[in-house]
Amino acid sequence: MLTLSNLMAVLPLIIVASTAILVMLGIAWRRHHGGTAVLSAAGLVLALASVPLSSTALSSPPLMTMDGLAQMGTVLVLLCALVTVALSHHYLAGYAGAKEECYLLLLCAVTGALGLVASSHLATLFISLELLSMPLYGMLAYSVRSGRALEAGVKYLVLSAAATAFLLFGMALIYARTGQLDFAGLATGMEASLDVWVLSGAALIVVGLGFKLSVVPFHMWTPDVYQGGPAPAITLLATVSKLAVFVLLVRLTMTAPGFSSDWLASLFTMLALITMLGGNLLALFQSDVKRLLGYSSIAHFGYLLVAIVVGGSLAVETAGIYLVTYLLATLAAFGVVTQLSSPFGGEDAAGLHHYRGLFWRRPWLAAVMTVSFLSLAGIPLTTGFIGKFYVLALGVSASHWWLVGGVVAGSAIGLFYYLRVMVTLYLPEPGMRRADAPDDWGSRTGGLTLLVVAVLVLVLGVYPTPMIQWVAGLSTIGL
Amino acid sequence: MILVWLILIPFLGGLLCWQAERWGEQVPRWIALGTMLFVLVISGLLWWSGEFSVPGVGGTQWMLEWRAPWIPRFGIELHLALDGLSLILVALTGFLGALAVLCSWHEIAERIGFFHLNLLFILGGVVGVFLALDLFLFFLFWEMMLVPMYFLIALWGHSGSPGQTRIRAATRFFIYTQASGLLMLVAIIALVFVHYSTTGELSFSYGVLLNADVPEPVAFWLMLGFFIAFAVKLPVVPFHGWLPDAHAQAPTAGSVDLAGILLKTAAYGILRFALPLFPEQSQAFAPVAMTLGLVGIIYGAVLACGQQDIKRLIAYTSISHMGFVLIGLYSGSELAIQGAIVLMVAHAFSSAGLFILSGQLYERIHTRDMRVMGGLWGRIPVLPGFTLCFVAASLGMPATANFVGEFMVLFGTFPNAPVTVVIASAGLVLAAIYSLLLMQRVHYGPEYRTGALAGPDARESGMMLVLLVTTLAVGLYPQPLLDTTAAVAGPVAELFSNGADLIARAGEVN
Repeated sequence: MLTLSNLMAVLPLIIVASTAILVMLGIAWRRHHGGTAVLSAAGLVLALASVPLSSTALSSPPLMTMDGLAQMGTVLVLLCALVTVALSHHYLAGYAGAKEECYLLLLCAVTGALGLVASSHLATLFISLELLSMPLYGMLAYSVRSGRALEAGVKYLVLSAAATAFLLFGMALIYARTGQLDFAGLATGMEASLDVWVLSGAALIVVGLGFKLSVVPFHMWTPDVYQGGPAPAITLLATVSKLAVFVLLVRLTMTAPGFSSDWLASLFTMLALITMLGGNLLALFQSDVKRLLGYSSIAHFGYLLVAIVVGGSLAVETAGIYLVTYLLATLAAFGVVTQLSSPFGGEDAAGLHHYRGLFWRRPWLAAVMTVSFLSLAGIPLTTGFIGKFYVLALGVSASHWWLVGGVVAGSAIGLFYYLRVMVTLYLPEPGMRRADAPDDWGSRTGGLTLLVVAVLVLVLGVYPTPMIQWVAGLSTIGL
Repeated sequence: MILVWLILIPFLGGLLCWQAERWGEQVPRWIALGTMLFVLVISGLLWWSGEFSVPGVGGTQWMLEWRAPWIPRFGIELHLALDGLSLILVALTGFLGALAVLCSWHEIAERIGFFHLNLLFILGGVVGVFLALDLFLFFLFWEMMLVPMYFLIALWGHSGSPGQTRIRAATRFFIYTQASGLLMLVAIIALVFVHYSTTGELSFSYGVLLNADVPEPVAFWLMLGFFIAFAVKLPVVPFHGWLPDAHAQAPTAGSVDLAGILLKTAAYGILRFALPLFPEQSQAFAPVAMTLGLVGIIYGAVLACGQQDIKRLIAYTSISHMGFVLIGLYSGSELAIQGAIVLMVAHAFSSAGLFILSGQLYERIHTRDMRVMGGLWGRIPVLPGFTLCFVAASLGMPATANFVGEFMVLFGTFPNAPVTVVIASAGLVLAAIYSLLLMQRVHYGPEYRTGALAGPDARESGMMLVLLVTTLAVGLYPQPLLDTTAAVAGPVAELFSNGADLIARAGEVN
């Protein structure tokens, strides 16, 4: 039975969902871009404020678990969404078509992500995953007159559908053997009958989720979608969507023992290795920043898979820390791309030539970009280093030397392209203008948000203890 | 607290320089110069008031110590400490930092504030490396100085020979050091976790890890992890690929920092971390390390003879000199270790002098290619004379500091490894050859062009004079330097001989 306390536990999700409905009604009543943006942001802030309230709830609703991991996921999803909203407003200001629906789609996707991080049942998993993906198709193809955006949307739609099919087939196989759909039941049921059907079911689920995380070899869609989609949509895809799916993967593998069987563990090891190396190698000679960031995110999820392979409480903590560092750096990087492309003018400023000499034109944006790339490369004094330290420590503590070697090699390769972009920012260009940044409210909100993110990257890199305490306190998985 | 300030001053000065550009072109230069002189003065005062005798029983080896909790989750602390060796190297950093600012006074004409930000951040990182006693903190500083160095080479460097752009050189430098640094990080983490599994105490503290009991095969690999990171930076020959390019493309200040201080961080790392943490393994590894040192001496010297680019020539001589340092460090004799320290200081002076001179030459004739030099003795007043002095220092002429260092290294190593010393002495002959080649091709011989060039101004000759005086002073009276570092070299040498005893005893038991 659903009680009031159950509803309290999922208060953030309820608030975001109601905000989506409110926004929809608001658009039907009167179109107002600024108002819609403020309303969405207010809803997200309210949801964020309700997280402490929801964490006091004693019981979770059926099919869901509001444990520490879910709370961490909720907070991170909401923060990323908030940053995306802040960046979108200025970006959309130049878009000729309907602007307001973008926020509606965003809120729906966030609702899906909030459900996904808390789901403890294959049914909620599936519904939330679809609720997360469907709005993203729309957001990716938002500027329908641009061929590339359309291509990105359709490509993501088709491959996502294929991944969903894999996922459903895997669930069906597992259900056929165990007769269970909730994670707790799966944990016991899979242990009892760990045969080839259950294992292949688990492998198919991994494939389905791997598509969403763009794990090599299921990464084919990533560069094209990253390149083609509008910058705010990609920001959401790279942060909220991947974060939620990864949190779910952590929950699934840590609760259901079938996922930590030797056979699947070696599958994950293989995937992690080829993902971190493949992502980094493919990124080497990209000249499009969005594409490059796409490959770089592939590599980062390769590092994150180390946590899945190792398992245990330190692994959950590692996953949390690494996700936080990845999110901060990615938000900053895509934020800069969004800012440079704002207001929308057909095609995003993603070619590397747009960034040449950026430091001498817009020093603060270039500084943010530098910080975020340093963090992505895992250089000390940025949070990225703390994340990399955690991953290495985890690998070493569990004596997974292959993975440790992979992380070291991947980081060394990765440096090449991160440095290439970074130095481009500082190269002077003949006949360069001194400053070309237009100043208005939108760019200032977005710019301020970006600065806060960049400062966080630095501060948490120098003094990571608050972040570590927060994540360590929340890295508990309930059933 | 004074240790924290030693690190913070360059960083704050750097930020100030960056912002000070708006007040005028000269302001960042003066701020940077003042910052580095401040560091030098502080370390000078510390040296003046310090006590460097070998500690008694229960005494601490550190003159000054400062610690504060940082990341309690992993037992990581902000732990800084200063002893004679760190003090000498910090003072050296301040001194060469000031010279680096001075020598780029006219060379760097654009983006001055940002240039000095990078320069001071490098120096701040280096000071951090010399003071950090927590392995995590050490690694942090070790990696942190790479980024500004990268920018220094990539943005203000020379695009020299065709196909060798400065960005490529900078990237190569960064990837070599970062990749090897990550190996060291893995070794550090593994060491910590091995210690954790035996004692249940999670700590990155140097003092704690010194007593870590690491099982044999693992210890060897960990030692190798540390050694490779330091070998890349030193550089030891198979890992030296980044050095000639980085030197050739870097601006003068970058070369001065690179040769004068950054290479010394590696020798410092070996002396402070690699040897004391793994004494037995290092003892077993010593023959290999010494052989690598020998290869470096000969290889660096032979390649130096064949260079056309004056800065590449000096870069290769660095490889050769660092070979002597490596041999001295792994010899296990107190005399040789002290010699290696003296040689580090001496090489910092002589190579900085030569790099600054080649920078001044470049400002006059706009080339570093020795094929288009020749006969400059008659065309430039004073500078060729200074060049001769530093070339003489570089080849180890008596009365210069280099002679003292090389002599002590060879003398101290001889009882343990006579063959190595015999071969290394041949390197001295090669040193004479490349030094004279440099002199001959640049300053003597037929004149390539004619016409008088400007002599050094007060700033240039002042820098040269100061460097020359310090080289001679250390060469003629090295005792204060030796006294300061004796407390460091002694225990390391002792660890080595204890290691040998242990191995001998283990042999008897077997």
